[in-house]
Amino acid sequence: MSDAQEMTLEEREASIGGIGTARKRKEDARFIRGQGNYVDDIKLPGMLHGDFVRSSHAHALIKSINSEEALKVEGVLAVITAKDLEPLSLHWMPTLAGDMAAVLADKKVHFQNQEIAFVVATDRYAATDGIQKVVVEYEALPPLIDPKTALDDDAPIIRDDVADNDEVGQGKRHHPNHIFEWQVGDKEATDAAFEAADITISEDIAYPRCHPSPIETCGCVASMDATNGKLTVYGTFQAPHVVRTIVSLITSIEENKIRIVSPDVGGGFGNKVGAYPGYICAAAASIVTGHPVKWIESRIDNLSTTAFARDYHMTGELAADKDGKILAVRAKVLADHGAFNTHAQPMKWPAGFFNIITGSYDIPVGHVKVDGVYTNKAPGGVAYRCSFRVTEAAYLIERLIDILAQKTGIDKAEIRMRNFVQPEQFPYNSCLGWEYDSGDYPTALKTALKAVDYDGLRKEQAEKREKGELMGIGVATFTEIVGAGPVRNCDIVGLGMFDSCEIRVHPTGSVIARLGTKSTGQGHETTFAQIIATELGIPSDNITVEEGDTDTAPYGLGTYGSRSTPVAGAATARAARKIRAKAKKIAAHVLEVTEQDLEWEIDRFKVAGSDVSITMKDIAMAAYSNIPEGMEHGLETTDYYDPPNFTYPFGAYICVVDIDRFTGDVKVRRFYALDDCGTRINPMVIDGQIHGGLTEAFAIAMGQEIVYDETGNVLGASLMDYFLPSAVETPEWETDFTVTPCPHHPIGAKGIGESPNVGGVPAFSNAIVDAFAHLDVTHMPMPHTQGKVWKLLNELGLNK
Amino acid sequence: MSSQKISLTINGESVEAEVEPRTLLIHFLREELNLTGSHIGCETSHCGACTVDLNGKSVKSCTVFAVQANGGELVTIEGLANGTEMHPLQEGFYEAHGLQCGYCTPGMLIRAYRLLQENPDPSDDEIRVGISGNLCRCTGYQNIVEAIRYAADKINQAEGAD
Ligand code: FES
Ligand code: FES
Repeated sequence: MSDAQEMTLEEREASIGGIGTARKRKEDARFIRGQGNYVDDIKLPGMLHGDFVRSSHAHALIKSINSEEALKVEGVLAVITAKDLEPLSLHWMPTLAGDMAAVLADKKVHFQNQEIAFVVATDRYAATDGIQKVVVEYEALPPLIDPKTALDDDAPIIRDDVADNDEVGQGKRHHPNHIFEWQVGDKEATDAAFEAADITISEDIAYPRCHPSPIETCGCVASMDATNGKLTVYGTFQAPHVVRTIVSLITSIEENKIRIVSPDVGGGFGNKVGAYPGYICAAAASIVTGHPVKWIESRIDNLSTTAFARDYHMTGELAADKDGKILAVRAKVLADHGAFNTHAQPMKWPAGFFNIITGSYDIPVGHVKVDGVYTNKAPGGVAYRCSFRVTEAAYLIERLIDILAQKTGIDKAEIRMRNFVQPEQFPYNSCLGWEYDSGDYPTALKTALKAVDYDGLRKEQAEKREKGELMGIGVATFTEIVGAGPVRNCDIVGLGMFDSCEIRVHPTGSVIARLGTKSTGQGHETTFAQIIATELGIPSDNITVEEGDTDTAPYGLGTYGSRSTPVAGAATARAARKIRAKAKKIAAHVLEVTEQDLEWEIDRFKVAGSDVSITMKDIAMAAYSNIPEGMEHGLETTDYYDPPNFTYPFGAYICVVDIDRFTGDVKVRRFYALDDCGTRINPMVIDGQIHGGLTEAFAIAMGQEIVYDETGNVLGASLMDYFLPSAVETPEWETDFTVTPCPHHPIGAKGIGESPNVGGVPAFSNAIVDAFAHLDVTHMPMPHTQGKVWKLLNELGLNK
Repeated sequence: MSSQKISLTINGESVEAEVEPRTLLIHFLREELNLTGSHIGCETSHCGACTVDLNGKSVKSCTVFAVQANGGELVTIEGLANGTEMHPLQEGFYEAHGLQCGYCTPGMLIRAYRLLQENPDPSDDEIRVGISGNLCRCTGYQNIVEAIRYAADKINQAEGAD
């Protein structure tokens, strides 16, 4: 038929560019030319700019807001306050966690930089001029900053609006500043195990408040078309369909009259999951003025108001026998959620999947209790490059097992080997309720130890210690839980967390596919095409992948929590398989054989035992011209995939650091990361994800923290103070892998984007603490800034 | 507000415009000229997303007034390719997977463009120092270093062949 027939099987396979190939990225062509289309690049006729007057106080009553002078500023058209939004019921908005959040401060402010008024002007300079002229009169209230005092009897009450409610969306609560209590596990059995154990350890481990801080901040352009009543919002949305439904629910505009578009998004990392006041105000302003309205967040606004992460104050405990075998785990957490509970977790999971604290270890019994509290800080609690609260959990267990190793005198790698869930135990039911799908932890760790010559490193460390030098070896063997998730236990505002893919094969054999997810840099246009390429035998170069426009893409829950590949990737494979099943019928019809006579070979159906075949390309044409009787024309389908389980990627990381005992400078000498994400779709993209995730882990472990002073001033919410590592600080990364396919995913993939963050943070922390382990140091609070390390050196007298 | 007349060369073309004295160069480029390839990540001269090449130097255009560029020669990402032919740096970023979300990429490329003129054969460490004013949250820099190395080698080979 064509040249293809002269190609060998291998050549044909290679020409497809399917699963497993390090295919170059399709999206790069526009980005390297400066032709990306990010939200701030969008310019509509008559577009106005809006920006916020923000609170200088952390906690205060608003006595008055005076806009008179602002409205005199050239170019300023409107100053919108809570009072103006109230008639539309838009001054407060429901959160994904069942709470309410103020869109514009209503009678009081709850955190510094909270949005008070939205100034709408002809351009961003005029808006800024207007903001300077709005006068807000406050009556200061005592602020509550330390979450540990939030539940005191005399604590200032932050949320007067819900002070008398005995719940705020996530179950019973017992104090006006209390949000929820969440418990899982067998408390009695756990307590009994601790009573009886030979060895117990306990440590207070805080995971500081940090921020995802993608280089592009949040923003939107809202445009109400008065002639047809349709509201279009372009914005930095990781989950555009969810935004559409929520906008419909809170504005009562029918969903067919709302179009949400995520254009190119400059990184998300959890920052762009939530709904922020800027989106609502821009939409309201567009409705009121009849003009498109743009809102773009400044970096300071970004760091101080939208989407902080972590702020988990944990006490972790392990009970073990003398051989270091863990008998029980116990954790108590105080979760600081800021002024409104706007964390973005599946609704039934107020503390996310924190009960993955069993990690990679076979622990018979455990108990977890998490209490969420309000403070006068920015709201949030997003999953910063991790599945919901999984990085907090991994950090806790990976620190605890190191502490147990120190207490028992067992080597830190060895104690992990002794406690691993064994390959033959999968599917493994953890004591805290998860069914781990697959894994081979011992092989991963053994491979890692060999790669870095772990024994040699330990020897070197011992020699260095003799000489008074500080060298640390950090081991982390993490297990993640990602791919939310099964609709039976995962939903957001009642929407099941399935995802979707629609595939259309054109008559000449090329394809357009659309998904419910949204790439924020992960390269979906490239990798999802590879899945289809393998399934359909159509070259990935002939497959266009689109996401992010709710008018065209099938409904999906979006991209976060490493769910794109586990959920939408599965939908993609299944949609392609539905198409192949139809193609087979057409092939049988065209070749005048039965389906049983046919076998699939790379890009075609072949009559078994003969040379007769028909390529997918030719079947595509036949689908529009020559089909069996009773069949519908076309070669298109959509799949909505409800995953039967989560996926459980894992890995073994080893970090080696050298610490200058006089200056506290920490040098990362080596970082080796072995990841197992199941089937590998594009090794180049996977390595890129790991490099990026490890760099974010490095940032978190070594320097990121959003700090508040005792009056609630947010200190250092600019890139002057908030640590985003440059190329100079960032270490070199070594990557490696094993492949343990996911048994329940159509192509066996588990997801990779977040593993390096989840595993990386404890690997760094463990390495730094390990450098001091011979001096009985068991824990050091993150972030490990040079100043903090120096302080410890000074306390220990090592810098003399 | 009174405006001021400026004229400058941008990507080889002369441009004349009236701007307010307070207009930042990045806003002038993006909003007046629709050259949206250069991005804004902080407006405080930390992230480098706005990097352009002005009179043979890398500058952060969020911290320069448009009027300061009067009479100057400016190169932005839109001027890096030679028609449809990609600059070796663009090719390097594509080949070495030197970008993910692409937001830092234009600034990174324009910085690297100047770096390779300052130092045509940089070591990996020199590359890292050379791009340390440009932040990337996605790539972890390793592939960016490789991409710049790729371009340096390609340019040097081409020159060696001449
Ligand atoms: S926007 Fe200019 S340096 Fe960040
Ligand atoms: S590629 Fe996303 S910030 Fe660099």
